Amino acid sequence: MADLYKENILEHYQNPSNYGTIDQPDITYEDTNPLCGDRIRIDVRVKDGKIAEIKFSGRGCAISQASASILTEMVEGEELEKVRDLSAQDILDELAIPISPARVKCALLGLKVLKSGAYGITDWPAAD
Amino acid sequence: MSTPARSQATFDAARVRADFPILGRTARGKRLAYLDSAASTQKPTRVIDAINAFYRESNANVHRGVYELSEKSTELYDQARGRIARLINAPDKRECIFVRNTTEALNLVANSWGRENLSAGDAIVLTTLEHHSNIVPWQLVAQQTGAQLRYVDIDDDGRLRMDQYQQILKEEAVKVVAVTHVSNTLGTITPLKEITRLAHDAGAIVVADAAQSVPHMQVDVQDLGIDFMAFSGHKMVGPMGIGVMWGRRDLLEAMPPYQGGGSMIREVHLDHSTWADLPEKFEAGTPSVADAVGLAAAADYLSELGFEQIRQHEIQLTNYALGQLKEIPGIRLFGPDGEDRAGVVSFLLDGAHPHDIASILDGEGVAVRAGHHCAQPLMRRLDVTATARASFYVYNTEEDVDQLVHSIEAVNSIFGSGAR
Repeated sequence: MADLYKENILEHYQNPSNYGTIDQPDITYEDTNPLCGDRIRIDVRVKDGKIAEIKFSGRGCAISQASASILTEMVEGEELEKVRDLSAQDILDELAIPISPARVKCALLGLKVLKSGAYGITDWPAAD
Repeated sequence: MSTPARSQATFDAARVRADFPILGRTARGKRLAYLDSAASTQKPTRVIDAINAFYRESNANVHRGVYELSEKSTELYDQARGRIARLINAPDKRECIFVRNTTEALNLVANSWGRENLSAGDAIVLTTLEHHSNIVPWQLVAQQTGAQLRYVDIDDDGRLRMDQYQQILKEEAVKVVAVTHVSNTLGTITPLKEITRLAHDAGAIVVADAAQSVPHMQVDVQDLGIDFMAFSGHKMVGPMGIGVMWGRRDLLEAMPPYQGGGSMIREVHLDHSTWADLPEKFEAGTPSVADAVGLAAAADYLSELGFEQIRQHEIQLTNYALGQLKEIPGIRLFGPDGEDRAGVVSFLLDGAHPHDIASILDGEGVAVRAGHHCAQPLMRRLDVTATARASFYVYNTEEDVDQLVHSIEAVNSIFGSGAR
């Protein structure tokens, strides 16, 4: 089980990147994982079609929080359009830990919130 | 009904464990410490064999057949009902209605009794301890009838606020009190007999969610004085898919059917029908006979272990667990400390989310549950989003508890106590 809680996951959980909120964001969205009550909010400031600033906040398990932290690093400075193409597999690849079926929704909560906020895509993201 | 208390030494949990084939397997390559019996219990060979034997030797649909197999199946189904009546000391086995589970039993009462007897201005009393299955059916019937929901809160130890309960009974037109006998999250054993006495004095009936009590202690519906009771087979070493709704005969006879279909009718005409007598009135469609037979085998098994012995074993094991858990840095334990606590231990660790705790424990072969335990109002009352929960049963041993404690120490070594 140490596999799941590799150092980078714990590091992102305990010292997350881009943690916080944005005053007057262009996009803000919050959602929960109904199975466990984990909650993530993502705020985005968009400039020239790019994600100029992104912050997340919320509470939940190490997997959901670390995954959201890693997601913000993945998309910051990127074209907002690229978010639409991000798949569940992209996130799981980036996490690089063995996620069991019971924990997949933890890992994908951040992506779901970001896609919902940016495009109103409220389904859970599918793997490739 | 209560069996004379034998010496505790007669209860040998390691031998009981050997009756459950699944507990001989490993989980994630480790010895399996199954500590999620509040969610569902494992099954002893005797129950598995009873189901198997039914399908091999006696299977046919009940009631309507005149041939030998159908007679046999009907007889076994009827015997199972009698066995369940003895288990809970029901005065009449026709008061025991087979359903799928506790949830279906509570929906049956809320719909059939509730829609017939509740109207605008009436109050339904629930508690913050309730499982969603004893909340949502009442919310639905409240919407349909205009009745109001009132909740009895808990104190900080997780015990019901009886002062508040009495106040509600005094101030509102309470028609029904629907209350859990044992909290699935905190382990609180509620004073059901006293709750019932007060409810009856106020002219209200009592519906008991006994999903977490019937498997673990002697429950006597006549001694408690309650009016309806719901429980599940799968939480008492019986099969999934079978449960029981017990109700007082006079109430059941006055109630309309819950579901329509085969078995529950006397006569069907093009424009109307008349109903069968109890219990068939509430058992539309082909019942799960094999599961009823399995449940009867489970009742036999538990009765032979002895409910007094089962309760004593769980008290010992819970105290053994609490004594060690209290010593773990950063742990927060929930639930009352005392005689009125069942074998359920909810806990949190500083710096580690319950789902992470459960994942790490899973890696050590320890099966616990993490989440809201289908009790979101209780989670809000405790001001937490989730807890981790270990629950004990007949087959759990001190070795299981030791494995749990060592694994929690592993959580602390990964996350570091007090990290966030």
